[in-house]
Amino acid sequence: MSYQFDFAALLPYWPEFAMGMWLTLQLSAVATVLGFVVGTLCAIGRADGPPAVKWAVAAYVEIIRNTPLLVQIFLVYFGIATLGVHVSANMAAVAALVVNVGAYTSEIVRAGLESVHKAQLEAADCLGLSRAQTYWHVILRPAVERVYPALTSQYVLLMLASSITSQISAEELTAVANRVQSDTFRSFETYIVVGLLYLLLSFVVRVAFWLFGMGVFARRRKLGTAL
Amino acid sequence: MSSTLSSPLSPVVSLSNVHKSFGALKVLDGVSFDVGVGEVAAIIGQSGSGKSTALRCINALETIQQGTIQVCGHAIHDPALDRRALRRDVGIVFQSYNLFPHLTVEQNIMLAPTCVKALSKGEARDLAREVLSHVGLEAKADQYPEQLSGGQQQRVAIARSLAMRPKLMLFDEVTSALDPQLTGEVLKVMETLAREGMTMILVTHEMAFARKVASKVVYMHQGRVWETGTGAMLDDPQTPELRAFIGNGL
Amino acid sequence: MQSFGLIHVEFLAWAALWTVGLSLIAFVGGGLLGFAVALARVSGSLAVRAAAIVYIQIVQGTPLLILLFLIYFGVAVAGFSGVPAILAAGAGLTVYSSGFLAEIWRGCIQSVPKTQWEAAECLALTRWQRMTRVILPQALRMATAPTVGFLVQIVKNTSLASVVGFVELSQAGKLINNSIFEPFTIFVTVALFYFALCFPLSTWSRSLERKLNVSRR
Repeated sequence: MSYQFDFAALLPYWPEFAMGMWLTLQLSAVATVLGFVVGTLCAIGRADGPPAVKWAVAAYVEIIRNTPLLVQIFLVYFGIATLGVHVSANMAAVAALVVNVGAYTSEIVRAGLESVHKAQLEAADCLGLSRAQTYWHVILRPAVERVYPALTSQYVLLMLASSITSQISAEELTAVANRVQSDTFRSFETYIVVGLLYLLLSFVVRVAFWLFGMGVFARRRKLGTAL
Repeated sequence: MSSTLSSPLSPVVSLSNVHKSFGALKVLDGVSFDVGVGEVAAIIGQSGSGKSTALRCINALETIQQGTIQVCGHAIHDPALDRRALRRDVGIVFQSYNLFPHLTVEQNIMLAPTCVKALSKGEARDLAREVLSHVGLEAKADQYPEQLSGGQQQRVAIARSLAMRPKLMLFDEVTSALDPQLTGEVLKVMETLAREGMTMILVTHEMAFARKVASKVVYMHQGRVWETGTGAMLDDPQTPELRAFIGNGL
Repeated sequence: MQSFGLIHVEFLAWAALWTVGLSLIAFVGGGLLGFAVALARVSGSLAVRAAAIVYIQIVQGTPLLILLFLIYFGVAVAGFSGVPAILAAGAGLTVYSSGFLAEIWRGCIQSVPKTQWEAAECLALTRWQRMTRVILPQALRMATAPTVGFLVQIVKNTSLASVVGFVELSQAGKLINNSIFEPFTIFVTVALFYFALCFPLSTWSRSLERKLNVSRR
């Protein structure tokens, strides 16, 4: 093996890598927040909605879980264009990621909702809380707390999967890598560096979720139960 | 067999010829009784006699097939019942406490007053302190339910109901899940409430407590009100069924 | 310009066979490697265990896309030029699958109660015998549902092999789109193909899971 590694050639590109990381974080953060909202609403709809809503959510989840993200991204990207609306690649990327992660979130949150005991709902009802108040104060927080580790893993996967949006020329870390490697012809080195940067981002996302969890789930914080 | 004991004031709760089935199983078979203001009514009977179902019907947790139930002026049997209005007048305490595990004791108590009665956080906190001192647990305000004993959790559950200032309190076998030592502390709280004039209906296995505190005892058997009277009725049962029940129980 | 027709569907059907083939390569390769990593992950040696943890963390913490690029360019760097796309794609997906399958199977192995290990040890079985005769047969029952579930992930992720030029379903869709530009029709059809492959697997996985839950009760 006579290959000479040359990482020095990549040094001048560090601002681009940094920008790529930042864009990837932004992209995933927006998709995570919106995906969580969409997924949670779907989970509630599936658990408690009229039959038509239940059916629609089940179909949505099955379709998304049984087709590749890459194809979903193409469909959203070209689909929006077909409607005659012009949006940036990054907007289409966020939309596709939200549609995708919303389905997975809804399945995870549904498991959490099912873990909340019926007696809790009865107690809330007897205290006079409305349906919405019961969901907000009594059901959602314990439900999400129960499945928080699964949600964390799902959103780390989302961050990694956001690399696929480079295929519609969305601006993020992998797109930066593709550009740098074609500028420098140092493909192997570039992807080693970017691989390490993604590892770093995975770690950052996990830490962020852990800190957020400590902030939101006060009981865990006080009683020292592991998240 | 039927109630002849008339309440001195207009009744807070009035059941008349209530029928309830779960599928083919008849659980309530023409139940009628009244509970007046300030009365403490104890419903006793074997498991399967329909006593817990009767209590749940009073709070509209079960729907009935026939008959009428009036509770604090609400027609429970009416499909157009305003449940939220009913909830403001009636508090209930369950056998399994059903505290919200992710909220502190104080937050458990503050939840309904802020959500339902739109009290400010400050007012609700003062209220929480007040009802907690009533059940002797002011020191536990910032603890989580899982940090408390069963008896303490049940007293918090009572305080949580009291915070809504109900006109009527229902107790569904609230000491059945507790050790004898812990049972005592919960019964003491209930006795205090009774002395203060709270109208209460309790489903219970504690015969000594029923005899001492209840102003009215309703003995249910096979989905019917079999015998009604004062606490003294337990010393002088009229029917062989009640005699057998007391014989087994004591 | 021609419009989307039967000939394109036929082309996609052929490409779907390549998707299936690539999935099988990834499953078999990833299964063998993943099994070794899972055993390493529960090994008695701290060093072996640590190595397995690092391997799993790296594979699970890097996008598959980047893994594919790394292997594609890495092979060239190692001096083999002109490696067929199917090998690069197969190797990338094998590594990816091994990292996830190892973690799934580790969970199954460790969910066998500790008392089973102790009982086997008290019967004087060697560590290897304990593993193969007592633990793995029990872990296997728990592993089937999530493993079939992961097969769905593998099938879907073969779509990324298109980035190293392997012609499977997604790449075939792109090629057709380049010639007739009817993206919506084309990719809906592509999605239907994927759905036809994945939905039966998902359903199977769920029914396995239900059966296991019933027998556990």
